[in-house]
Amino acid sequence: MFLLTGASLLLVLIMGIGLYMKSAPIFEDHSLWDLLSASEWKPFKNRFGFFPFIMGTVWVTGIALALALPLSLLTAVFLTEYSRAWVKRWFYPALDILAALPSVIYGVWGSLLIVPWISERMAPHFVEFSSGYTVLAGGIVLSVMILPLLVSLFVEIFSTVPQELRDASQALGATRWQTTKKVVIRRSLPGIFAAVVLAVSRALGETIAVLMVCGNLSQIPHSVFDACYPIPALIANNYGEMLSLPLYEAALMFAAMILFVVVLLFNLLSRVILYRLKKS
Amino acid sequence: MKSKYIEEIIVKILMALSLLAVVGFAAGIVYTVFHRGWSCITWEMVSSLPGGGFYIGKEGGFLNAIVGSVYIVAASTFLGLLVSIPVVFYLNVFLKSDSKFAYVARLAYDVLFGIPSIVYGAFAFSLMIWLGLRTSLLGGILVTTLLIIPILIRSMDEVAKTFPRDLLDASYSLGATRLETMGVVLRQIMPGIATATLLSVGRAIGDAAGVMFTAGFSDSIPTSFSQPAATLPLSIFFQLSAPQAEVQNRAYAAALVLTAIVLVISLAGRFIMHRFSKNKI
Repeated sequence: MFLLTGASLLLVLIMGIGLYMKSAPIFEDHSLWDLLSASEWKPFKNRFGFFPFIMGTVWVTGIALALALPLSLLTAVFLTEYSRAWVKRWFYPALDILAALPSVIYGVWGSLLIVPWISERMAPHFVEFSSGYTVLAGGIVLSVMILPLLVSLFVEIFSTVPQELRDASQALGATRWQTTKKVVIRRSLPGIFAAVVLAVSRALGETIAVLMVCGNLSQIPHSVFDACYPIPALIANNYGEMLSLPLYEAALMFAAMILFVVVLLFNLLSRVILYRLKKS
Repeated sequence: MKSKYIEEIIVKILMALSLLAVVGFAAGIVYTVFHRGWSCITWEMVSSLPGGGFYIGKEGGFLNAIVGSVYIVAASTFLGLLVSIPVVFYLNVFLKSDSKFAYVARLAYDVLFGIPSIVYGAFAFSLMIWLGLRTSLLGGILVTTLLIIPILIRSMDEVAKTFPRDLLDASYSLGATRLETMGVVLRQIMPGIATATLLSVGRAIGDAAGVMFTAGFSDSIPTSFSQPAATLPLSIFFQLSAPQAEVQNRAYAAALVLTAIVLVISLAGRFIMHRFSKNKI
């Protein structure tokens, strides 16, 4: 039993080392800074610039967070501070469904509904032409995907705030919203931060859904109506052909390593904060 | 009216709207997939293998993907339970509740849970190349097992943590060994094991990025562990990227099948949690 527990701990280490060793060949030709900041992606000419992919990931994740954060905060506040028990009973299955749906289904939904909506309804107001397979589509789909995680984390965090504090605030004549704003949310700030970091790291690694709606052009997006190419999509799209070129595999493994390192750090940070909150 | 009351009303309206939006998203996605899939699905699609010219719109179905998914999910859930149940016992029965090791282990499982499946897939793929293996059913099973172990452990652990330590002491004081005491624990965390299993089945069946590298894809049902296997999510993805409407329609039908399976699993999980948590001490 000890061995099994220990072995699964080692998995984190082994994955890190394995990914590093596999991506090591690319560091012989290119410096780390070169790889991250160059914007030309031409594997056949030995040019590996990850900047467009990093920007694509950042844009999509940023939009997803900007959309999901207010929605999930308001929902969680309503569930913990305002609602009666029966509302929760009827509402949680909706969260369950959102959390359970596989990412490929989100991709299908995105390409059936969101992509045409953007290209036909939304984009014509702002730009001349957009295929719909855009940063915005990826952001919207991702925001719905991280909603259930955010809401359930927020609900958990808000319920660690002692009831006496709320009572004290309301006894002084504060309304519920004032209490929420000045007591509950203020006290939960570290937790909210941790939840957001966790949701961001979930969004960073999402593959199939963004692959299906983002357009996958290796360019730096200049507006939300441009196509982009997030890192996970890059790995997934090129796995078949990566063996034909010597450095291609190393480059893709390097992409996987970027994801691994960022997600690992984000997760460690947010989990440690959440553990502390639960203890106190 | 004082401004604080006006603010209260505005916020309440915003909250109601966001609640509606969340429910709307859930209902909307399920409706879209069912509505689109229902008009395409036929019995032939779910009961036959891809025929010749399947990907240019000729006859056939995606039974290969359904069976492949079932194989991978069943085997990996079994393997995952085999590993994770002992770990949960170790964390909760053998270690003290303030153990440093248990803290680090829980942290590691949470982190592993957060690592995207594409990274698991890429890592496992490079490992397989190194070992000289080709994409196969076995590879898909192994990577899916790795993917669900953290979910299994952490969700069972959450239930096991609430297990009253007094019950352990009572069992020990009657002269039971640790091994015998596990029986007591097992009975108490049974609903936890059931929900954890359903949760991980739901995740395993929907995962595409991990098996894309490792299980590959095939038009026939694998007869041995070394053959590549198709999976439902990948089958949806590949068919949807085809230009022909007939092929895309089959993708929508497959999406309907996958969504139905996942919904049943998720509802069953909630039901079990309700039903069996009543008998808990």
